[in-house]
Amino acid sequence: MIILTGNDLKSGAVVWWAGVDWSLHVAEAVDVGDQAASIAAREEAARRVNAPYSIDALRDENGVRPAHIKDRIRALGPTVRPDLTLKPADPEAGNWVI
Amino acid sequence: MYQYDRFDQAMVDARVEEFRDQCQRRIEGKLTEDQFKPLRLMNGLYLQLHAYMLRVAIPYGTLSGPQMRALGDIADRFDRKYGHFTTRQNIQYNWIKLEEAPDILAALAKVEMHAIQTSGNCIRNISSDHFAGAAADEVTDPRPYAELLRQWSSFHPEFSYLPRKFKFAVIASETDRAAMRLHDIGINIVRGHNGDLGAAVYVGGGMGRTPMIAPLIRDFVPLDQLVTYAEACLRVYNRYGRRDNKYKARIKILVHELGAEEYTRQVEAEFAHLLAQNIEPPIAELERIKAHFAQPAFMPGDVETSQPDVGDGKFAVWVDRNTHPHKQSGYASAVISLKPVGGIPGDATSDQMRLMAALGEQYSFNELRVTHTQNIVLPHVRKADLFALWQQLEAAGLGTANLDQVGDIIACPGLDYCSLANARSIPVAQRISERFAANGKGDTLGELKLKISGCINACGHHHAGHIGILGVDRKGVENYQLLLGGSEAQDTSLGKITGPGFSEDGIIDAVETAADVYLRERQDGERFLDTYRRIGMDPFKEALYG
Repeated sequence: MIILTGNDLKSGAVVWWAGVDWSLHVAEAVDVGDQAASIAAREEAARRVNAPYSIDALRDENGVRPAHIKDRIRALGPTVRPDLTLKPADPEAGNWVI
Repeated sequence: MYQYDRFDQAMVDARVEEFRDQCQRRIEGKLTEDQFKPLRLMNGLYLQLHAYMLRVAIPYGTLSGPQMRALGDIADRFDRKYGHFTTRQNIQYNWIKLEEAPDILAALAKVEMHAIQTSGNCIRNISSDHFAGAAADEVTDPRPYAELLRQWSSFHPEFSYLPRKFKFAVIASETDRAAMRLHDIGINIVRGHNGDLGAAVYVGGGMGRTPMIAPLIRDFVPLDQLVTYAEACLRVYNRYGRRDNKYKARIKILVHELGAEEYTRQVEAEFAHLLAQNIEPPIAELERIKAHFAQPAFMPGDVETSQPDVGDGKFAVWVDRNTHPHKQSGYASAVISLKPVGGIPGDATSDQMRLMAALGEQYSFNELRVTHTQNIVLPHVRKADLFALWQQLEAAGLGTANLDQVGDIIACPGLDYCSLANARSIPVAQRISERFAANGKGDTLGELKLKISGCINACGHHHAGHIGILGVDRKGVENYQLLLGGSEAQDTSLGKITGPGFSEDGIIDAVETAADVYLRERQDGERFLDTYRRIGMDPFKEALYG
């Protein structure tokens, strides 16, 4: 699947396109197919997102997993500060990145 | 230390309000990201892996107590209660909101700080010896000259759009503690034959994807012509540096392609032209700056000449490793390690920053320094106060005694934070320091400088490590190359790659294997680097790859 990501313009937070709005959680990302460029252009023009780009991802029983480690770290947070990630209570979260 | 005059303050305050307006226009959609990006970068605001990142300049690494305290307060108010001290003697905040960035700059301006020229193709923060003004071996305090160059280069209209970024280092001792020859321009202030001070000027060094050691292009520039000579060096670069390929745009490529001799000839011609135009700042301005760097009111040297023997072995080890000889009898420079075992190199919490600020005020004449090795220095501590200082550091987790040891690792933020990185640096640093603490070998290795970069841009100085590690992306998987034999000291050298790279687990083992070869082969008094230079790469390759 192809998913769309970027950063919230004001907060800078990593966001994922969830169909009608942006989400902080990659698990809510939807397959944008061949619509990535048009969604990105529309959302960027509306100043809801900054520097959007599309990436390859897989959907499995655990949710959506970006294909590249860089985007998995973006999705989770820094692996060296689990307290600052989106899954601070999950000791296995770091393994999801690797 | 230097304090702003009304011109400095007005300039910085005006810049804050200008950026506030620019941010507002971006949020309102009056500026596109393409229009806004160069503006935010000129104010040190990057968009990184997780959020906006703000890089704050710390000129030549010197901070006052109130400045360090303000950095801690900013971490609390605007970030996640910590900051990251960098290999350019700066600090970075990782989780900045665009709408709050102008307020951060305003808070910085209140303590005479800013983020100007911490990005972009301009002259960046000028680095220096972190023991400047205190070191027993310096011929003079290099910071007034670094400050003069800072003022000259700030908003210099001719050098705001150079072919590529540009970095100065200024030192004043034979011992190089600032990686001077790995800068675009390295300046070493020396004493000439007639006793006068002058600058030995090295141009065209750097790390990154094409590491080079800067050649000496002039062995003595009178200090009252220093800015003129620097201007000549920059002018030749600005005129002929490549703008067609960013990977060949640094001055090191120009000097290499022209040859040092031809580059020098052009600089000398430009220098002669500029001398006739009398562009050097007035001596009175240098004297004004120098007055800010007057020596503190040290107590007379005969009051106390050594730290107390408190019978604490741990303290004695810390004194042995983490203090440096001071020019004033009875004093030492104390290094606060930001590398606890298993910690994140260079990170400090807001509470730790405030504590260090207070300790700087109490024990070091209100001065602190940031080292390019990502530690903090209290430059002027009475030896009689070292034990009390160490006790407070220990209690705060800042008393690690590992300066220049295998655990004192330089590491860039790597793929955990940086959008340019290919691999993570920090977890590798953490595991190596844990490995050598657990197996006890760390205490037997002596000086061993280990440096890790998460990509070829080399922010972690991997080329210059006795042991260097470079993280690469191999088909989406982190892989680590091992380098041996680098040095950023006065014996500057570039490390060589041992061979095929290693997995994350494999690189930890590989570093230990290299250390074991050293322990087996070393002769009396040899550091790791000395042994490597004597026996060469082959014994290490044999042990690593069989």
